Amino acid sequence: MTDFLNGIHYNSWILPVLLIIPLVGALLVWAHGASRMGLADADANAGPARQITVWTLIVEFIVSCGLWWSFVPGVAGWQAGVDMAWIPAWGVRFSLGVDGISLMLVLLTTLTMPLAVLGGWTSIKSKIHAYLGLLLILTSGMLGVFLSRDLFLFYVTWEVMLIPMYFIIGIWGGQRRIYASLKFFIYTMLGSLLMLVAIVYLGIHNRDLLTGVPNFSYDAMLASGALTPKTSLWLFGAFFMAFAVKVPVFPFHTWLPDAHTEAPTAGSVILAGIMLKMGTFGFLRFALPLFPGSAMNPTVRAIILTLAVIGIIYGALVAMVQPDFKKLIAYSSVSHLGFVMLGIFALTVQSVQGALLVMINHGISTGALFLLIGMMYERRHTRMLADYGGIARVVPMFAAALTFVSLSSIGLPGLNGFVGEFLVLLGSFRTYPIFSVIATTGVIFAACYLLWAIQRILFNKLDKPENERMPDLNWREIGLLVPLLICIVWLGVYPAPVLRRMEASAEQVVRTVQTNAMRAASQSAALPGGE
Amino acid sequence: MAFDLSHPMQLIAALTPDIVVMLGGMVLMLTSAWGTESTERQRSVGIAGIGVCCVAALVVLYFMMIGTTAGPGVIAVDNFRWIVDLILLAATAGTLGLMLDYNAREEILPAEAHVLVLFATSGMMILAAARDLTIVFLGIELMSIAVYILTGMNRRSEKSAEGALKYFLLGAFSTGFLLYGIALVYGATGTTNLTLIGERVAANHVMSSTMLLVGIGLMLIGFGFKVALAPFHMWAPDVYEGAPTPITAYMAAAVKAAAFASLLRIFLEAFSGEVPTWHVAVWWLAAITMVAGNLIALASKDIKRLLAYSSIAHAGYILVLLTTGQALGSSAFLFYIVAYTLATFGAFGVVVALGQAGEPHLNVDDFAGLWTVRPWLSVAMAVCMLSLLGFPIFGGAGFFAKWYVIQAALQAPEPQTRLAVLLVLTSVISSGYYMYVVLVMFMKPRDEGQAVSDPRSVGTATRWVIGLSTVTLLVLGVFPNALVALTQRPGSYLHAPMPQVTEVIQR
Repeated sequence: MTDFLNGIHYNSWILPVLLIIPLVGALLVWAHGASRMGLADADANAGPARQITVWTLIVEFIVSCGLWWSFVPGVAGWQAGVDMAWIPAWGVRFSLGVDGISLMLVLLTTLTMPLAVLGGWTSIKSKIHAYLGLLLILTSGMLGVFLSRDLFLFYVTWEVMLIPMYFIIGIWGGQRRIYASLKFFIYTMLGSLLMLVAIVYLGIHNRDLLTGVPNFSYDAMLASGALTPKTSLWLFGAFFMAFAVKVPVFPFHTWLPDAHTEAPTAGSVILAGIMLKMGTFGFLRFALPLFPGSAMNPTVRAIILTLAVIGIIYGALVAMVQPDFKKLIAYSSVSHLGFVMLGIFALTVQSVQGALLVMINHGISTGALFLLIGMMYERRHTRMLADYGGIARVVPMFAAALTFVSLSSIGLPGLNGFVGEFLVLLGSFRTYPIFSVIATTGVIFAACYLLWAIQRILFNKLDKPENERMPDLNWREIGLLVPLLICIVWLGVYPAPVLRRMEASAEQVVRTVQTNAMRAASQSAALPGGE
Repeated sequence: MAFDLSHPMQLIAALTPDIVVMLGGMVLMLTSAWGTESTERQRSVGIAGIGVCCVAALVVLYFMMIGTTAGPGVIAVDNFRWIVDLILLAATAGTLGLMLDYNAREEILPAEAHVLVLFATSGMMILAAARDLTIVFLGIELMSIAVYILTGMNRRSEKSAEGALKYFLLGAFSTGFLLYGIALVYGATGTTNLTLIGERVAANHVMSSTMLLVGIGLMLIGFGFKVALAPFHMWAPDVYEGAPTPITAYMAAAVKAAAFASLLRIFLEAFSGEVPTWHVAVWWLAAITMVAGNLIALASKDIKRLLAYSSIAHAGYILVLLTTGQALGSSAFLFYIVAYTLATFGAFGVVVALGQAGEPHLNVDDFAGLWTVRPWLSVAMAVCMLSLLGFPIFGGAGFFAKWYVIQAALQAPEPQTRLAVLLVLTSVISSGYYMYVVLVMFMKPRDEGQAVSDPRSVGTATRWVIGLSTVTLLVLGVFPNALVALTQRPGSYLHAPMPQVTEVIQR
């Protein structure tokens, strides 16, 4: 396989192609929509558009799978990529690359997208063309975030993915969709615009001294360093705001329950499965390596870790009392992402690897949970736990799938959830034993809220007559759940190939941060009060 | 090719584009005086006016191509002037285009409306070129008087008359400030030529620095009225709301661009030696304008008022460039007004397209569910809103414009970091109203009996204005290189004179 991929120079063209395929698909879908515009039956005849979308995304996934084989485990730097001038006068480059941190996230994205579209196959009934086109553009935007090696490009793609999601929540969402979408937009804007100033500042700090042209290349920024501690702290703060809102870290999380609950199924799956990882990815890729002095500052670290642990416990406790199943899962995300933050800021190779794995696992498990909730909702048009009960007898296949996915989300050994959280706790115990011990209780709480929820949905007494005629899963639904279930088992039983691909990059991040932090510390010690 | 401006014929040659517009306007005025008023007549005059703009733009492009320069004199011949001219001419053509449809609908039959726009434009072009305070005054007056009349063009509308009177009174008042400022600067430096003032300010040859400072302050206030900086912005919302919509677009884009071009030229060429003294004033003006414009826009319901406050906020963003007191701000200014003008014309084009005869209030909420009946108009409006917000890709060049401003602010020798942070924070506030427009169009359901409930067909010219602005915005949003190169050509950077230039003048 590797030889074949090398033979076709896979690495040299794959990344731009991954960004272009969905855009072409979006253009086709919209062209089809424009040709039907004004016709009353435009939505009834959207079949071809649906086919185009699904096949585009399936092709995208198949093409991206080559990365798994072409990626050389144990090598830390960029593998595959392009680097072209975009706006030379401002020193902006179109530069893409993939490494051990982003590889699995890219694959997670390309896997989740077709499933998300299939998940919303029948529930989206109006303005289908616009919806499908936005999903395709969103795919490009999200991949762009994971692949960018230029901070300008990163910022552009970071913002680009905001608009499709804003429309998807606001147009096709639930009752309070308008409120939820505006809140989502403004929260994210607030964080990311501060990051914009920080990025411009970094680019200028890093400029070519001869011509004065700024330089936004990630690698060049890593190499340059030499920010004063004060500047570094401000810039770190700006990046922190952008990423913390996205994760979301505890006090910035209030947009999440609204957005996740109101979004249509595909929107929730993408939000939980992929977009939440942007924040933690950003910490790992940018905030830590670029500002090691601030990130390693004991006070900063203690604050962030405290927030992470509060997030774990708070998310779990709030989830426990939710009457709405979708909101329950939304709050459980706050809890799970707290583990990721703990793993990243504990900063040991094991904990960082664990954090990466939790990101993948959470994407798969929570994505699957949101898909299952979508299926429930389509059948009964309610998400309230109280409206269900005892449906395991009526829909056995659905019940099996829900139980299985819930167990993986709880972190049952043998399924995927366990491996990541275990590694995080193990790794962080070495540096921060107290936080790690408190966080462990989060795992117990997770078992409480999820098991209690599935008890109320699937078991108990079948006392609602409406529930007696619920149809079980159909072939489309089975087909879209099976890949996720396979991943759950595979990552739970044999995660070694995945870990191997992450290890070198995780190690490099940890080492870069530690050495740079030491360098920054020695510099500021050499220049007392240096500005 | 270098013009020797002390030679009258060469001076006239250097003013060719301005003269083309002015002469075109005069010829059109004479022709429109013959015959009776009718819709067809004002249509043909309007189209002829667009033709005049195209001819003038070709002359400008020719001058740019052969790379003209000039020795010292009363007007500037540099790339900065040419780019501003091109933007002004494009904005004028856009205004005339919108007026073709708008005037027919509102039954504003006098063809002189188009002619007045051309006269105002010639004033603006002179303003963009002026390198002498008397010429600056001439340009401002030529521009303002034409625009006062245009504001009150709709004689059947009370709001239009009210707006015109308000604009005229406050405009005349502000001209007084400006003129007094010019007089004091002349008194302090003994000259009205910007180059010489720059030289004397730099060399501390001024008679009394208090007199100069008061002069600078009064000029800043005068310009503050013209470009609607807070706290001199009180007239803007009423005037913008009352004026015929195409004229509102014209004021928001062209008047602002011309006045800012002149403001930048005066402050960067003549007063850059005094940066430390006026920096604080400009800093606070920029900060207050950004905050006030965005906060009040948040509370506006009428779409024209909303766009008026948004244009006040944008004046604040542009003023951030002046606080750097550096030449690189002027290149960013050129880029910024290109994006801003396109977005403004796209947005006002949509307002014209949705307006109805008699111009009832058009509230943002009347756009509810526009998407289901007018998909293209709503998409165009959304692009323009996102562009004004400064959003990448979907908002096209608007993002690069804001980026360039932030870059210029941070790249200055004394980085304006706080102002840059304030700029982005106020941008977050602005997302509250820009995105509200988008939200209303796409997410709110339509209800019956709305002001724009019956989707009339949109006039051809309006369609072209909206389409061209939006498409250009989007294309520049991905491929900005040509525009960046254009705004970075030599002669785009305004700065105080080099010593050897002034020696030539004194000789």
